[in-house]
Amino acid sequence: MEPKSNAGAAVELKSLRRAFGNVQALNDFSLEIDQGELVALLGPSGCGKTTALRALAGLQDLDSGQILVQGEDITHVRASKREMGMVFQSYSLFPHMNAQENVEYGLKLRKESRKKDRRARRAIEMLELVGLDTQSKRYPHQLSGGQQQRVALARALAIAPDVLLLDEPLSALDAKVRSQLRDEIRRIQLELGTTTLFVTHDQEEALGIADRVGVMSGGSLAQIARPAELYERPTSALVAEFVGLTTPLQCEVRDGVAYLLGSSVPVLPGSVTNGAAVALLRPESIDLVPDPQSQSQVLTVSFLGSVCRVVVQLEDKTLLTVQALSEKIGDFPPGSHVGFAFHGSPVFAKPVA
Amino acid sequence: MKKLTGVARIWRVVILLIVGFYLLLPLFSMAEFSTRAGADGGRTLDSWAAIPTAPDLLASILVSVQLALLAVLGILVLLVPTMIWVHLRLPLMRRPLEVICMLPIAIPAIVLVVGIAPIYRWLSQFFGSSPLSLAFVYTILTFPYAYRAIDTSLRSVDVNTLAEAARTLGASWPKTIMGIIIPNIRNGILGACVISIALVLGEFTIASLLNYETMQVVINLLGKREGQISVAVSLAALIFAFVLLIAIPTSGKKQEVAQDGA
Repeated sequence: MEPKSNAGAAVELKSLRRAFGNVQALNDFSLEIDQGELVALLGPSGCGKTTALRALAGLQDLDSGQILVQGEDITHVRASKREMGMVFQSYSLFPHMNAQENVEYGLKLRKESRKKDRRARRAIEMLELVGLDTQSKRYPHQLSGGQQQRVALARALAIAPDVLLLDEPLSALDAKVRSQLRDEIRRIQLELGTTTLFVTHDQEEALGIADRVGVMSGGSLAQIARPAELYERPTSALVAEFVGLTTPLQCEVRDGVAYLLGSSVPVLPGSVTNGAAVALLRPESIDLVPDPQSQSQVLTVSFLGSVCRVVVQLEDKTLLTVQALSEKIGDFPPGSHVGFAFHGSPVFAKPVA
Repeated sequence: MKKLTGVARIWRVVILLIVGFYLLLPLFSMAEFSTRAGADGGRTLDSWAAIPTAPDLLASILVSVQLALLAVLGILVLLVPTMIWVHLRLPLMRRPLEVICMLPIAIPAIVLVVGIAPIYRWLSQFFGSSPLSLAFVYTILTFPYAYRAIDTSLRSVDVNTLAEAARTLGASWPKTIMGIIIPNIRNGILGACVISIALVLGEFTIASLLNYETMQVVINLLGKREGQISVAVSLAALIFAFVLLIAIPTSGKKQEVAQDGA
């Protein structure tokens, strides 16, 4: 019998709770992942994202809650019986086995892959998928960090898991390899259709790879949405501040409209609707316009390629970060006086602390 | 690596020579004494040839070797699985286990004997007066050294992640420990075994105080009657221990080299 196909299973995590002493790592955490979907959990250290992933893997006991995979309750199933493929943050290849033996290990433990040649074929296939079939006889210490994580990915996928679990697999790699491998993970995931849960603290990674991104805080989900929606329409100050760059600016909100910098902007649902508030402005939501009469002055300009990041000092000495196209940056040298034009996209307004 | 300057290199050689001289001089003296043929300065291997015929000696060597193997078995069966389990599943017990394993080194042998003599009197009801019953106390005696060797190995690899990787791939706990953890701490286990063998082969105090005839006890008795034979056996035992100490870690390295070349 050939190993089963890689198409994953739907996952449901229901009201998971787990405390470590006084710290509630998972606090009524619920999440649904559709078949073949890639969901990224994003959040600062200690927000519970890794605990959630480990609970799904069966490596973390729960105080309460339920885990369903393809409708089947696996809450009390041992890790070794769960059919999860996992790639860890630290290099986890078995040092005494070469790349191919590492990939074959999970297959060896499965009845359907007892035949050696079939197992070897599958291992090579998986190594081919991650572009390392020529390195199959190399031992982990002979591979670079990126190559080791590729083999770990091949090893996790070889068993055709119900769910692929990625626990910050890119965080130990340098920037270039990280972005290459990130794209490759997404390519392979789409190719195989494996249901995937990806945990990271790097928002660029999460937004760049996932179908949906969940932002975690205090052991539960603050918001889960498609990357663009999460960025453009955060439902809480926490998400607005954690995802992307924002500048907090005092404003007045009346009937769902914020008044600031001489303009009016609609506020997002979940914001303060009336009274004094702090608007969280994205750098790209404002355009700079030359205004010699203005008291706002350009302080610094940082070149980032096609765009520049401009820090403007407002009249009240507050610093505002604005993004401007590099081709237009000649109009705003440091020291020049500028005004602002809002795009009209809504902003999030949080209560004044 | 930083290149040594000329003076530093000379110092290194000098220190190596002094230490080498200090360590090897007694061995040369033993070799010289055990091959002495009378007062005229001739050489003979008579003492070495007499080893097999010396009364009780061969039997005691056999006993000591058996004891060493039993102590190794004790480490493999008791200490290795316990340490792996504590490392993986009961990290809070690491410190208490370390303290317990280190105790034999802190307790003087004579105190240990006074403590365990009544136990041995009781044990003799079940095991008779067989010197092999010393294996119980010897296993405990080797714990501090074996613990250090195995602990260093366990810390040098991320055994927790390896175990978790194996489990998510479908390995049961026994398969994880036998197939993944043990091969990766193999050198530590080998080191623990070598040190234990050397320790048991050289142990005198406890065996003597408990009146068991092990190799060292018989060598001591022989030394009073046949000085040269006793020194020859001591030297042979030392060389055997050295060969073990050098051979086993080297075999571990050879395997690594083979892997590199693969």
